[in-house]
Amino acid sequence: MSARTVEAPSTAAPAAAKPGPGERAVHRRRALWFWVFVGPFAAGLALFTYVPLLWSVWLSFFDAHNTVTPTHFVGLDNYTAMLSDAAFRDSLLTFALFTAFIVPATYVLSLALALMVNRVRRLRAFFRSVFFLPAACSYVVAALIWKMSIFNGVRFGLANTVLDLFGAEPVAWLSTTDPPWYWLVVVTVRLWLQAGFYMILFLAGLQRIDPVLYEAAAVDGARPGWQVLRHITLPQLRATSVAVVLLLVINAFQAFDEFYNLLSDARGYPPYARPPLVYLYYTALGQGQNLGLGSAGAVILALIIGVVTVGQARWFGLGRRNADG
Amino acid sequence: MTISRRALLAAAAAAGGGLLAACGSNTGRGDSGGGSGPALSHWYHQYGEAGTEQAVKRYAAAYKKARVTVQWRPGNYDQQTAAALLTDSGPDVFEVNGPSLDQIQGGQVVDLTGLLDGVEDDYNPVVLTPKQHDGKTWAIPQVIDMQMLYYRKSLLRDAGVEPPTTLDALVDAALKLTTRKVKGLFLGNDGGAGVLGGTPLYAAGLRLVTEDGTVGFDDPAAARTLGKLRRLYAGKSLLLGAPADWSDPSAFVQGLTAMQWTGLWALPQVQQELGDDFGVLPFPADGSAGRPAVPVGAYGAAVSARSRHVDAAKEYVKWLWVDRTDYQEDFALSYGFHIPARLSLAKKAAKLRTEAAADAVRFTTDHGWAQPLLWTPAAQTAYQDALSRIIKDGADPERELRTVVRKVSDELRRVQRKTT
Repeated sequence: MSARTVEAPSTAAPAAAKPGPGERAVHRRRALWFWVFVGPFAAGLALFTYVPLLWSVWLSFFDAHNTVTPTHFVGLDNYTAMLSDAAFRDSLLTFALFTAFIVPATYVLSLALALMVNRVRRLRAFFRSVFFLPAACSYVVAALIWKMSIFNGVRFGLANTVLDLFGAEPVAWLSTTDPPWYWLVVVTVRLWLQAGFYMILFLAGLQRIDPVLYEAAAVDGARPGWQVLRHITLPQLRATSVAVVLLLVINAFQAFDEFYNLLSDARGYPPYARPPLVYLYYTALGQGQNLGLGSAGAVILALIIGVVTVGQARWFGLGRRNADG
Repeated sequence: MTISRRALLAAAAAAGGGLLAACGSNTGRGDSGGGSGPALSHWYHQYGEAGTEQAVKRYAAAYKKARVTVQWRPGNYDQQTAAALLTDSGPDVFEVNGPSLDQIQGGQVVDLTGLLDGVEDDYNPVVLTPKQHDGKTWAIPQVIDMQMLYYRKSLLRDAGVEPPTTLDALVDAALKLTTRKVKGLFLGNDGGAGVLGGTPLYAAGLRLVTEDGTVGFDDPAAARTLGKLRRLYAGKSLLLGAPADWSDPSAFVQGLTAMQWTGLWALPQVQQELGDDFGVLPFPADGSAGRPAVPVGAYGAAVSARSRHVDAAKEYVKWLWVDRTDYQEDFALSYGFHIPARLSLAKKAAKLRTEAAADAVRFTTDHGWAQPLLWTPAAQTAYQDALSRIIKDGADPERELRTVVRKVSDELRRVQRKTT
């Protein structure tokens, strides 16, 4: 797209006036500079994104154990195998469950934080930084802290020390499936990591709301609190909310880091809380090295993501009219 | 003093060129190493014990017929080698916890059959057999690692518990030993599904894959035995969520658990911390056809089929892992704690004659089982998932095993179709 906008004057120029030899050289130079700046990135994108993507689609039609240049064509076998694999279907369910937890939870928490920070009169910058700081922490580091010091299963873990104060038995947070305490660990680590970032987005949205609206509402007798939030703040935040939800869902699709670092061990991964990316990682890149089957799974996943994203865009009316605010 | 722009540019270009050269693709086929002849790269996974890296570099430098460079690779070694074997920039010689059947059938490793001529009988068959397929040898076993059950003598004595010799006794002992502060048994943070693997099946007198390549646990005894592991978990006698997992003896020596399943490699540390206050056991037998079981495994030295100097690489492997018994002994016993893969070396090792170490050697010889080559990663995942559900969710062992048997049969058919 940017190629056309830059080259447009060079095609329009000859019609307007006969360009001298100097002008033509300028255009050539411009095209040259365009490719100098854009070329490396275009090449990188093609080489590291599009080629592997197409290669992966190609692999998914072959029996590709331990090879990326397979010869044994199997048609749709990998797809039927993947779709009839209960573990893969389970992983999709896990992931749906995770999204259902994490998207509303982060939305509510970051909005609440933003509303609170927006109201404080002093130390606003301090609170803003404090809540935003976790966003700078890596998922791996946070997952390891959650796993080894806060939610480890022995009596001296932080969570268990607190339980002990109330005389409760220590809980093996990540190893217990009934009740599924591991969800608490997985969800809280991500909440802690990302709530601050979305709080900043909401803060920006809140600061753009015209104070006149609140004054008018007060004059009309709207009670501050829920009524104002429901009828003024939330509708005014619509554009921000759409962006936040879209980003949250996309982030949830990419769930891998904290799951892998919280739950995997040297011998593999337990059969619960296993999102699709983790499952495919073990199928294709672990000891399994079944690259054909893994690619088929990746293609299925990509299709699902595509459908969900398009559906979401329709639902929010993205592109139908320009979002206000 | 003035520096002209041109001089500065030249200097910068020279420096930049040097930097670029320095970060050029280092495949380990460098120029260092002692000998002359072709350049070979030899990959090892990162051993935890101090001195191992220096030792293998010393061996490589002593080889005169080729320039061997050692690469010491931390991180996910299996994944790294699997990926490197797909390309030309991989190793010539590499140690491998396998090779896997798919690697052999995919033609990624070279046949090493002739290298063992005359000394094949000296290699412990329990680790040599899984390196062989279709009558050919695909890797030379380096050292044997094994796992067993460690128990605190004093804690068992105080609770009036005898060292368990049956699975039922183990379940009861773990329950009795569990107090508010100390758990009875540690089988890893996942409750045992990962580290035990096929061991309970062998303890029930079954096996993962039979001699003629069919499922070895399609038997009611399997469900009965695996069901007993559920009792350990449900009785809250298992330690779960320890900061260090089963491969580390920390939980055991810190007194978080009275018994722990871990490797032979932990023996020196346990000995140092607990003195005489511990003993070792194999996984106890279950049922009338049962027998004790310990899992054994061996890293082997293999040659990549993509190597540009296959013959030189084979010659080097023969020199190091077949001919130089002095290095093999040094490697097995001077740094970590392993059993030499060669019977003659294991027999004369003084370090293996102390009480617990001697027990470990005896368990390996009498009760050792190694993962068969036909047991593929896909089969392992299906089995391990089912075992986890049996232990943690209380899933019906018979139903879970039926699914596993079906999946493993498919997988066995797949790999055998390729052979014929």
